[in-house]
Amino acid sequence: MYGLGILNGFMVTLKNFIRRPFTISYPEQRAPQHPRFRGEEFTWYEERCTGCASCAKFCPLGIIRIVTHPSQETPAEGDSYAIDVFDIDIGRCMFCGLCVEACPYDALFMGSGFEEAKYRRQDLVISVERLRTAEKRPSTWYRPQLEAQNYDPRRGEPMTWQGAGREPWPYHLPLRPTTEEMTTDREAKP
Amino acid sequence: MPMRSEPVTVNVGPQHPSTHGVFRLRITFDGEVILDAEPVFGYLHRGSEKLAEERTYTQVITLTDRLDYVASMTNNQAYVLACEKLAGVQPPERGMYLRVIAAELQRIASHLMATGFLLNDLGAFATPLMYCFRERERILDLFEMLCGARITLSYMRVGGVFQDAPEEFWPALRIFLGEMPHYIDEYERLLSENEILVTRTKGVSVLTVDQALNGSVTGPVLRATGFPWDLRKVDPYEVYGRVKFDVPLGRAGDNYDRFKIRIDEMRQSLRIVEQCVEQIEPGPVRADVPALVRPPVGDAYSRIEGPKGELGFYLVSDGSVAPYRFKIRSPSFINLTVLRDMLIGWKLADMIVTLGSIDINMGEVDR
Amino acid sequence: MAFLEGNALFRNLYCLLAGNSGNAQHCGRDGLLPAGWEWLAFALVGFAITFLLLSAFLLLTMFYTYLERRLLGRFQGRIGPNRAGPFGLLQPVADAIKLLTKESIVPQGADWLLYNLAPLMMVVVMFMVLAVIPFGKHTFIADLNVGVLFIIAVTSVNALAVFMAGIASGNRYALFGGMRAVAQLISYEVPMVLSIVGVLLLAGSLSLVEIVEAQVIPFFLLQPLGLFIFVVSASAEMNRPPFDQLEAESEIVAGYHTEYGGMKFGLFYLAEYAAVLTTSGVIATLFLDGWEGPLLPSHVWFLMKVFFLAFIFIWVRATLPRVRIDQTMAFAWKFLLPLGIINVFMTAAELLLFGHEEAGGQGIVLSTADLWLMSVVNFAVAVVGIGAFSRLVSLRTPALPVSAPKPSAAEVV
Ligand code: SF4
Ligand code: SF4
Repeated sequence: MYGLGILNGFMVTLKNFIRRPFTISYPEQRAPQHPRFRGEEFTWYEERCTGCASCAKFCPLGIIRIVTHPSQETPAEGDSYAIDVFDIDIGRCMFCGLCVEACPYDALFMGSGFEEAKYRRQDLVISVERLRTAEKRPSTWYRPQLEAQNYDPRRGEPMTWQGAGREPWPYHLPLRPTTEEMTTDREAKP
Repeated sequence: MPMRSEPVTVNVGPQHPSTHGVFRLRITFDGEVILDAEPVFGYLHRGSEKLAEERTYTQVITLTDRLDYVASMTNNQAYVLACEKLAGVQPPERGMYLRVIAAELQRIASHLMATGFLLNDLGAFATPLMYCFRERERILDLFEMLCGARITLSYMRVGGVFQDAPEEFWPALRIFLGEMPHYIDEYERLLSENEILVTRTKGVSVLTVDQALNGSVTGPVLRATGFPWDLRKVDPYEVYGRVKFDVPLGRAGDNYDRFKIRIDEMRQSLRIVEQCVEQIEPGPVRADVPALVRPPVGDAYSRIEGPKGELGFYLVSDGSVAPYRFKIRSPSFINLTVLRDMLIGWKLADMIVTLGSIDINMGEVDR
Repeated sequence: MAFLEGNALFRNLYCLLAGNSGNAQHCGRDGLLPAGWEWLAFALVGFAITFLLLSAFLLLTMFYTYLERRLLGRFQGRIGPNRAGPFGLLQPVADAIKLLTKESIVPQGADWLLYNLAPLMMVVVMFMVLAVIPFGKHTFIADLNVGVLFIIAVTSVNALAVFMAGIASGNRYALFGGMRAVAQLISYEVPMVLSIVGVLLLAGSLSLVEIVEAQVIPFFLLQPLGLFIFVVSASAEMNRPPFDQLEAESEIVAGYHTEYGGMKFGLFYLAEYAAVLTTSGVIATLFLDGWEGPLLPSHVWFLMKVFFLAFIFIWVRATLPRVRIDQTMAFAWKFLLPLGIINVFMTAAELLLFGHEEAGGQGIVLSTADLWLMSVVNFAVAVVGIGAFSRLVSLRTPALPVSAPKPSAAEVV
């Protein structure tokens, strides 16, 4: 009434004029990012992956392509599959994380970055080479063991495959024991 | 002698700056007065209901994110409730509390968005919108802590939530709860007493209780007419029976009430979150449900009070891993059906505001 | 010849060319041009001055577009454009380059001539106003003795330009914008002129220079109601929020310039922002004592006042929602017009009451004490008037207008 409401509004905008802006100029400044952030590029530990393709099956969009071959003539424990192809088409990925949730061996993690813009669609497919060579900075999303270590992908060291799992997994490359070892002194091993 | 003029038909949308997405209205104007209005939808149809028939129950959660993409949490919640009803799963206490906290935060975020855009449609050059987004951003930060994403959250799972909240979530939530009331006060000071806004919205596009009930309207649009209907009270689900809150009601059912009621509901949501934070106990967050849920043959309908109205999911199971039929009762779509009655006789400028006050989301309307 | 006598720079330029011949008699030496060619000197000088002024003004306008976006950003808690150049200062240049390099499209069904003419008209009108505004002591192109009348006359052409653009585009949103333009711009002329009348009564002249010189105390103290009405109706004339009906973005997309692109849109954009500066200049001249001010040079004072007013316009834009078109009209006719009339009558009565004829017959003169008394009275009247009218006048359009037989959309198409 009497235009007082309008004046009140002017005061509010003036107050905000004096305040610091709440936006930031992005490439130079960055908003804090929580370690759980489901980033775009994936982190994958070949040492931990058995090629079981649970992740591919759980993906609602079916965009993970996995091709494997038995890596030894006689796969002893059924986990000796070498990965030939592990393509994730992030051009269609919605970063729901269901693949990460599905992975029983803690081999696949969400990434922590988000700057994956490319000029061509085919560049958006993350190939197995890239997954192998990329710096391993996994998101702690759905990985309580990482959260328990207070791991923050944006800070500190990249995560090693030994550290990323729920338990030290002895049946993986490259520390995989020989078939002989496994049959003989299995109990003696920790 | 009445002046004769020739009606002119204008296509408002699908590419119009304030149709909230790809919504089209065919409007017949006499000068600036609306003679007839015909909503046309379907520009954002993605066939979610059909897509769901090809996906497992867990995978469908990602589809529900994309219905009302500014309120993913409540969509998730409504869907997992339907699944739990179908599969006969009881989520653990802590899981339910976390869901309610998340859903109420989402309600605040959604109402912030609705308020901001309504004021933007009123012509306040993006200022209230930016202020609303500032606080929404903080809610999204909280969501990022909870589940790693900001918009398409996929936080809830059949039988609870996928993971407990991290340590730093609780202090951050407390800070937010402490500061948010001041920000709500700021919006009120900025505009709700503003004479221009009051003259623009009071008494405009009135929806009567009868019209609303006949049109099956729900949510803030119905409560603005003064009809007390809030599923959180009427049919309490999850832990809503254990928290105290009021259901704000409007009186006139005009655009102003629809605007005001959302601001009041934000305060009530804050109250609910506060009580939940007090009541929540440590414990498991997810019931022991297999990754591939196989509910018994049967059907279930579950509904919640979404930010925009009654959000319901109807699921039919044939015993397999994917739903046989998945039906969405989306509040935005049903609330839109009364739009024509609300528009006729009002002006072009009112049309935009009325559309904003219903708070539609095209992702949900077209599905 | 006012500028010749007033400003040293211009006088010297003229002297250099024309020397002692012609109008200016104080050069004291011969010019470059032979006698009888003064007209050429005059034309050249006039051209040079206009060029200088327009360039300076365009630069200022460009800076203002940057300022507006930046300040709006701050009002909204954002940073605003900060990429092009230091602090984003080159943003207007980048915008101009972008607009200039765009294809100039004339939509099918548009009236070619009117469509292309409208943006030009809009800009030219804005520049014509500059002719009479005194930017500083002795700095003006022309001191017309009907300066105020000139401004009012020239700015009303604006309505025609907008209407032309709206009609010629062949777009229904543009048509809405054009219709609104005619209704709104013409309506707001009336209170605007009325609000100036008070100033004219006090100053006793239509010349802007004399108005500034007549301000013993700035007229905003004597004419608070007049200032309020002028600012409000000027923002309606300039199509600024809360009266930006002509291009109401959320309602009619972009209104009259929906169909314009490239530099034609750029001209509208330019005219719109230039209008803020010229209007601020006019307000500063009429109400804020123009270039006068202690210590600093007069041009600086003038610019400071202009940018202060521009800041207020930006602030208003950042805060207020838009008024509906019928309420806009009602506001002009039911609210501003009566207040304007009150203002005129009050000022006239006060002049009769306090004023006394001076011996020389220079019109009515008031003593400074009387002026302060008048100021107090006028402020009281302004507050009471605005309060009373906002109570009395309901801008709310009542219930639904009777919509006779409703034709369905199908019938109409
Ligand atoms: S994040 Fe989701 S969409 Fe992307 S690959 Fe994993 S399961 Fe598929
Ligand atoms: S990433 Fe995990 S789920 Fe996928 S194939 Fe490897 S072990 Fe299996």
